[in-house]
Amino acid sequence: MMRIPHERFERVLAEGVLQEAIYTATGRLMEKRREAVAPEVLPDYQELRAQARRIKEHTLKNLDFYLEQFESQVLARGGRVIWCRDGGEVVDFLTALAREKNARLIVKSKSMTTEEIHLNEQLEERELEPVETDLGEYILQLAGERPYHIVAPALHKTRYDVAEVFSRTLGVEREEVPERQTRIARATLREKFLAADIGLTGANFLVADSGAVVLVENEGNARLTTTIPRIHVAVAGIEKVIPRAQDLAVFLKLLGRSATGQPLTVYTSVLAGPRREGEPDGPDEFYVVLLDNGRTRVLADREKRESLFCIRCGACLNHCPVYRKIGGHNYPWVYSGPIGAILTPQYFGTGHEPWLPFASSLCGACGEVCPVKIDIPKMLLLLRREIAKAVGREGKARWERTAFRLWAWLMARPKLYEFAGMAASALAPEGSQGWLRALPGLLNVGPLRAWLKERDLPAPAPRSLRQRWRVRPRVERT
Amino acid sequence: MARRVSLFATCLVDQLFPSVGLAVAEVLERLGWTVEFPEGQTCCGQPAFNSGYWDEARQVARHCLQVFREAEYVVVPSGSCAAMVSRHYRELFHKEPEVLAEAEALAGRVWEFSRFLLEVARVEDVGARYDGIVTYHDGCHALRELGIREGPRRLLAHVRGLVLKEMDIAEECCGFGGTFSVKFPEISGAMARTKIASILRTGADTVVSTDSSCLMQLRGALLRAGASVRTLHLAEVLALR
Repeated sequence: MMRIPHERFERVLAEGVLQEAIYTATGRLMEKRREAVAPEVLPDYQELRAQARRIKEHTLKNLDFYLEQFESQVLARGGRVIWCRDGGEVVDFLTALAREKNARLIVKSKSMTTEEIHLNEQLEERELEPVETDLGEYILQLAGERPYHIVAPALHKTRYDVAEVFSRTLGVEREEVPERQTRIARATLREKFLAADIGLTGANFLVADSGAVVLVENEGNARLTTTIPRIHVAVAGIEKVIPRAQDLAVFLKLLGRSATGQPLTVYTSVLAGPRREGEPDGPDEFYVVLLDNGRTRVLADREKRESLFCIRCGACLNHCPVYRKIGGHNYPWVYSGPIGAILTPQYFGTGHEPWLPFASSLCGACGEVCPVKIDIPKMLLLLRREIAKAVGREGKARWERTAFRLWAWLMARPKLYEFAGMAASALAPEGSQGWLRALPGLLNVGPLRAWLKERDLPAPAPRSLRQRWRVRPRVERT
Repeated sequence: MARRVSLFATCLVDQLFPSVGLAVAEVLERLGWTVEFPEGQTCCGQPAFNSGYWDEARQVARHCLQVFREAEYVVVPSGSCAAMVSRHYRELFHKEPEVLAEAEALAGRVWEFSRFLLEVARVEDVGARYDGIVTYHDGCHALRELGIREGPRRLLAHVRGLVLKEMDIAEECCGFGGTFSVKFPEISGAMARTKIASILRTGADTVVSTDSSCLMQLRGALLRAGASVRTLHLAEVLALR
């Protein structure tokens, strides 16, 4: 059988304050998104989603072409592109660059791609000092935690938690007012911005026809990261490329709205190449690191390729009733929620935490709100099929496999099925109005026991519908 | 000429909630339809499909296709099972052209109960009476796979004596999810409790849905929580007078 971390789920479900925090925060984001994509506000929302999906489909089918076009455009503007197979190659490149440029301090804006390769820890091991400058990420870096949510990384931290983290790690007095906490972070971070040699960012989009890196953010820290230090390095997954600058019109309309309900984020930066003559700001050097890290493997799978369409808006997390209960840290990787449930097994293999794609009621809320129309429930079903097969090959989950085989055999034999139903009905204890609170020990096993843990159980009907049908009077038309 | 429908009650209704199947028949017969119950019927195959056992799901789906091969209309008192047949059989059989053709043919003849009333029988008022405050739970598959949202509410609006009070989270999942409910009981149970809190906030005495599986989850959790709210399938409400 696959091991499911029930104790961890039970622990987080018992944390009342945290439960309330997750549910309220995600609920607010749901509400804001709903308003921002309402037909009165955005009449062509569904058409935009379809268009976004078409662009992603087209781009991924021609990914080699667009990536090379992107590279030649970056080169033409005086930048450089570095192709990396995995996180290790990113670290090697950054370490060599820092050594060559005599740099140590690296300011970072928010980037899930660098979280994905655990970049900070690896840079620290090499005597470099990466500093997160997004407020949420900064709090987590100080606390030594990974993001709880793709868009709102410190969603689970109350202001009291932040007060504790700041006073413990920054040596400041305990401060519980969010505005003042922000001021503390800002004062510390300003110094870092001014002293940093390298500004490290992710990328929301890479524009192939202009070699531009596009960043969206609300705090202005990405803009400082890309303008103050003399070197800018953007780390981006290869799936982030889009063909033309005009395609941004589609994605920018969808991204902010889906993530936080904003028509546009506060800052949208389109950065192409280092500072040119006569320009007042911008870095002297401009590098784009293109990261594979398993993406080409996903790309090769026609059925599930669409998983790469994701633009990291986090809407599927906010709308997922499972994420809203178990929170971000109970997912095995930095990508949590429904998108994490489909990406993790594709990057790490289906043998890694195989319970993950099963931890869904298949309610479909994720697919309904996905701005690029990734059919997440379908991806989950496909992964479940692969995992069931793999588990079977390893000779595990024998009981479940046998049960489903027997069940399928029975379901194709209506007479036996009816007999089995009668047997179950005869065996079942009498309940109160057809419902049972508990079962005797012998029957209190497996799925029945799991059901009864949380809910009362309906007893089998004394007579099934087919039995009653045989003797029922027909209703006359009235 | 009497118009005929075949009732596909679903295994859950057949074994646990037969009154739902009887209610569907009553409502349709009153409207002048002849209702048949093909005895060969069992399950649509969804439990295996959702659990990753597609070979087993295919066995059961093939059986289901055969049982309803001759039926002109197949009425299902479940959005989830109706969606399984009308949408997911295609995925199951996309490599078997002959079965796929049969699946597609059946897909066009399968009707979730409320949709059948509104779009085939073309009736909104079935002449039902139910004195109570009702809140409606959107079953996820009825809602998101079949796009059923307003239909059941329109049918309920015509029930005499019935007051409909909407939940603040009518469209949120009840936490059932088939085998999810027993593989992850603690998460499933927590989801049910969130839903129940919303049901209780409406002050309704009855929660109604298109799917007996959601109602099983909700009723089981309501009883466990000591709440006295009833659960009724839409068909059961529409059969009352």
